[in-house]
Amino acid sequence: MERIPILRMGEFLLVTIQVDMHDKLAMRLQDDLTDRISATSARGVLLDISALDMVDSFIGRMIADIASLSRLMDARVMVVGMQPAVAITLVELGLTLPGVSTALDVERGMQRLSQHVRRP
Amino acid sequence: MSGEHSGSLPVRIEQDVVLARQLARKLASDCGMRLVDLTKLVTAVSELARNTVVYGGGGDMDWQVLEEAGRTGVRLLFRDEGPGIADLKLALTDGWTSGNGLGLGLTGARRLVDEFELDTVPGEGTRVTITRWI
Repeated sequence: MERIPILRMGEFLLVTIQVDMHDKLAMRLQDDLTDRISATSARGVLLDISALDMVDSFIGRMIADIASLSRLMDARVMVVGMQPAVAITLVELGLTLPGVSTALDVERGMQRLSQHVRRP
Repeated sequence: MSGEHSGSLPVRIEQDVVLARQLARKLASDCGMRLVDLTKLVTAVSELARNTVVYGGGGDMDWQVLEEAGRTGVRLLFRDEGPGIADLKLALTDGWTSGNGLGLGLTGARRLVDEFELDTVPGEGTRVTITRWI
C-alpha cells in the first residue's frame, strides 16, 4: 500500500510529500500522522510541501485538518516550502489556511517549532 | 483542430484525477504557459476532474490546444452522465457543498481560469468547459 513516510527527529515528526497526491493517499497520511503523534508524543510536525506543484481544495483541507487535529493532540504543525505559484493559486481559490503556521523552508520551520516548544 | 491538438482522457477513478492534472500540465507547459497560470489551470483541472469522479460517477476530459487570432490557449471539457446539478445557483456559491468538501471546487475553478462554461441537466449529466489563454 502506497504511503507517505513519516520520519522522527527527536520530539518532532518530519513529513516530506514528494508524490503527486491522490485523495486516498492524503487521507491515509492524516490517519498515519495522528497515530504517530500519539505513539511518539511528538510536540511538533514539519510538513514539507516544497515538492508539491499544486494544492487544490482537497489537499488544502487535508493540511488544515492535520493542523487542527495535531493542535488537539498538543503538537504544533509547521507547513514549510510552499511554492510561490501554489500560494498565489490557493489565495485565488479562496483557501487561505487560517490557523496553519508556515515557514519558508525546513530550517526556519524547525527553528520556529523549537521556539514554540521551549516556551512554557 | 488536427489530431495532435485535441484528444480525450477517461476520468473514471480517483487516480485518473492525477493523470488529468499531469496531462493539463504538459499541454500548458508545451504551449509555454507561465508557471503561475499553469498552476492555476492544473488546480482547476484537479477540482473539476474530482467532481467528475465523485459527483458525476465518472466521465471524460476532452482537451484542445487552441490557436486563434494570434493567441494560444488550452481548453478542457469535463463531461459526465451523472445526476447533474439540481440547483446551479447554489452549486456556484462559495462554501456550499453537497458532499463533504469545502464547497470551493466549482467556484474556485471558475476563478482560476479565463473562461468557464457550465451546462447541466438534472438526470442527464454535467459539462464544464474551461479555457486558459497564454
